[in-house]
Amino acid sequence: MNQALNLARQTLLEAPGLSETALSQVMDKLLSRQVDAADIYFQYSRLESWVLDDGIIKEGNHSIEQGAGLRAISGDKTGFAYTDDLILPQLLNAADAARAIAHAGQSGRQAIASRGDLPQLYAPINPLESLSENDKLELMRKLDAEARAQDPRVQQVTVSLVAVHDTVLVINDQGQLAGDVRPLVRMNVNVIVEQNGRREQGSSGGGARRALDFFLEEDRALSYAREAVRQALVNLEAVAAPAGMLPVVLGPGWPGVLLHEAVGHGLEGDFNRKGTSAFSGRIGEQVASPLCTVVDDGTLPDRRGSLSIDDEGTQTQNTVLIEKGILKGYMQDKMNARLMGMPETGNGRRESYAHLPMPRMTNTYMLPGEHDPQEIIASVDKGLYAVNFGGGQVDITSGKFVFSANEAYLIENGKIKAPVKGATLIGNGPEAMTRISMVGNDLELDSGVGTCGKEGQSVPVGVGQPTLKIDEMTIGGTAT
Amino acid sequence: MNAGDIDQLKQTVADLLAEAKKQGASSAEAGVHAQQGLDVTVRLGETETIEHTNDHGLGVTVYFGNRKGSANTTDLSPAAVRETVAAACRIAKYTSEDPAAGLADPELMATDVPDLDLNHPWDIDALKAAEIARECEEAARGFDQRISNSEGATVHTQNSLFVYGNSHGFIGGYPTTRHSLSCAVLAGSGDQMQRDYWYTSDRVPESLQTASDVGIKAAERTVARLGSRKIKTTECPVLFRADLATGLLRSFFGAIRGPALYRKASFLLDHLGEIIFPDWVIVDEDPLKPQGIASAPFDNEGVATAPRKLVDGGVLQGYVLDSYSARRLGMQTTANAGGVRNARIDSTGESFEELLRRLDTGLLVTELMGQGSNTVTGDYSRGAAGFWVEDGEIAYPVEEVTVAGNLRDMFQGLLAVGADNDIPGSIDTGSWLIDRMTVAGD
Repeated sequence: MNQALNLARQTLLEAPGLSETALSQVMDKLLSRQVDAADIYFQYSRLESWVLDDGIIKEGNHSIEQGAGLRAISGDKTGFAYTDDLILPQLLNAADAARAIAHAGQSGRQAIASRGDLPQLYAPINPLESLSENDKLELMRKLDAEARAQDPRVQQVTVSLVAVHDTVLVINDQGQLAGDVRPLVRMNVNVIVEQNGRREQGSSGGGARRALDFFLEEDRALSYAREAVRQALVNLEAVAAPAGMLPVVLGPGWPGVLLHEAVGHGLEGDFNRKGTSAFSGRIGEQVASPLCTVVDDGTLPDRRGSLSIDDEGTQTQNTVLIEKGILKGYMQDKMNARLMGMPETGNGRRESYAHLPMPRMTNTYMLPGEHDPQEIIASVDKGLYAVNFGGGQVDITSGKFVFSANEAYLIENGKIKAPVKGATLIGNGPEAMTRISMVGNDLELDSGVGTCGKEGQSVPVGVGQPTLKIDEMTIGGTAT
Repeated sequence: MNAGDIDQLKQTVADLLAEAKKQGASSAEAGVHAQQGLDVTVRLGETETIEHTNDHGLGVTVYFGNRKGSANTTDLSPAAVRETVAAACRIAKYTSEDPAAGLADPELMATDVPDLDLNHPWDIDALKAAEIARECEEAARGFDQRISNSEGATVHTQNSLFVYGNSHGFIGGYPTTRHSLSCAVLAGSGDQMQRDYWYTSDRVPESLQTASDVGIKAAERTVARLGSRKIKTTECPVLFRADLATGLLRSFFGAIRGPALYRKASFLLDHLGEIIFPDWVIVDEDPLKPQGIASAPFDNEGVATAPRKLVDGGVLQGYVLDSYSARRLGMQTTANAGGVRNARIDSTGESFEELLRRLDTGLLVTELMGQGSNTVTGDYSRGAAGFWVEDGEIAYPVEEVTVAGNLRDMFQGLLAVGADNDIPGSIDTGSWLIDRMTVAGD
């Protein structure tokens, strides 16, 4: 049996005094109607955060969330209730409320069997205790000093550090009991620089499913401070961005937010089952240029978007979404996989026990191509080279998506020229993907900063891509 | 939930404050909340999900002189009270001395807590909620043959209790309710598919728009988008429909919030008393509005709230401050811990049709995408969809364009605010006509 499952059982069953018999009683209640599927998701989550601002440790917070979410599914109908009291009477009440979705009847139940055979992609550690408080704060002060030492124009530095210790246990109507201990750490540096009355900001950060020593390796955290200042100083020189259609070269790594918005959401199973996505019913069709192979891979060790098991207890996998431009598959949770008659892909995720799971991305990225990144830039006569982005958004029905560049440069005659102000780029997912004409050999994943929102639920994700060229995209600048 | 529950939460707050004192804190503040609700979604005529929500939480902030620590949990048990206070006290051992840290000044505490009529529970079960959602979705699907699919209609109702107290002796709390009905439908098919939605939200169930009105409006908005196309890149006047003009006011509030100011991270830094908008612009805030979606008799620090003008004659009258940012700026808190409550901008009186005529030829924006609004510089660049307007008439729907400018210029270039302020939510505004922006397309 794996260590994460043992720890999850200790935290979520033994500590609150829930026996396997009690668990069976609750599951029996959920299954005392005609249901196709049911599960109980137990969660205990601790979060610690610190903020350094104006050179002092200004804020610290410690947070505990615990509870259980109970779900009964009949066909495509879902009943859901949750409780933050892990005691039998409350769990039975929630089961009673959740099962009301289904018709009278009785469903078969299986004996509880632990899924102890699943590989673990990260160590089941508590990152809150992986450094002493003094070492955490010392690290933050070092980043503040590093940022200020870069340039006298640095006016403000904000450093944040967050560590999460999340323990989950899920049992389904098949009696399968799976558990996971999910560490997650994140640091960020934001700076404001000023020159002749003009102010700009820059920010950089990273994270992983690791202990906090992740930030100490190879001066990783110090590089966030340097990068934030570098970016802010570039923006001090930025001129107005162009407005209109131009070729766009996207840098490697975090600009992969393109894929997350342009194709990722549109390939989530729920939208496709309901026929509300621009990609609905298009498996086997050409939806991107033949240079594009895009995967969603939840199995990368230690990555922010990775999970050993998803929030339905399904082992995660590397799912090919688009292969050489052809749409191959969707990302699925159990319910949508069952209703569509397609394989489960381990993409059933939820923000917490108080939210329903749905198909969500893990780490979504494009495989490398053949071109030297320099060659890609050199191929552009007049265009935009965008290396850093804020967030994005997509309308999965019309396929329109946006993402906002916060570090970009003009390309003129194949050379990188002046930096331009932040601008939103807009396109149509399937169209933009078809216009990808060059793909670099320099695949990078992002530094572990992504958070994805869907229907009000936030989950950590990863993105990545090599340098790539889109022949034409609309750039929302002001220079006409 | 009833009055007895409020007393129980007040006791928990008192216990938290007593525990903080016992553990050595020089001052402390605490909040406790409990929420119960129901969410029912009907899709294609069938009940799709029934969600029972049930949340609790307590949070405490302790001060040891000028050092602060905070902690929160979903567990309201006596053991959790002790542990959460201990966690906050442990944090405070490590935070720095910060002269601006602390509770709001005692003389600012609300002395009476007016009843703002915020509690109107909806006597509704899952079956009844499903009936309303079904009626709403049916109205949408039956509105036009081009409605081809649905994301469903959702009825949401929520009862909340909230108590806040601090070691000045202030303690206050009250029940609130919030209900909503929303609907999203699709029109067209293949690569000519569009989606849009509408919703209604209120403290009082009887004040919600009718189910069929919400459904019909969702369908109208969706069908109107069919046949959308790109336009050529141009500079032109832009009309932001009322439900999107709220976002421009939010960007304004974001730039006059305390943290953006003391961090010198705002394009409106040092603009108090300066002209931001044309001279006819009045923006006010009424936290005491009866039945208001954002109403509160005291802010998140116990400070008494009061109506005030944020902008008068186009001139910035005040910032949006809590006690911390106020101390940092050498000012007084504006009772905005927790944000701006029930903002309103005066209309220049034109109907929506009159605004279209005044726009003459330009872009009507009915959807915005992305986060491209930069508080530090005021630079604004967002994805948009809407309608091209020619000679005061809607010509055709537009999509896959961006609108860009600088918020400073956009505020100065505000030509009119419509009387079409019939939108849900806590910001009361009509549509905004802005003189000139860059629209990027083909």
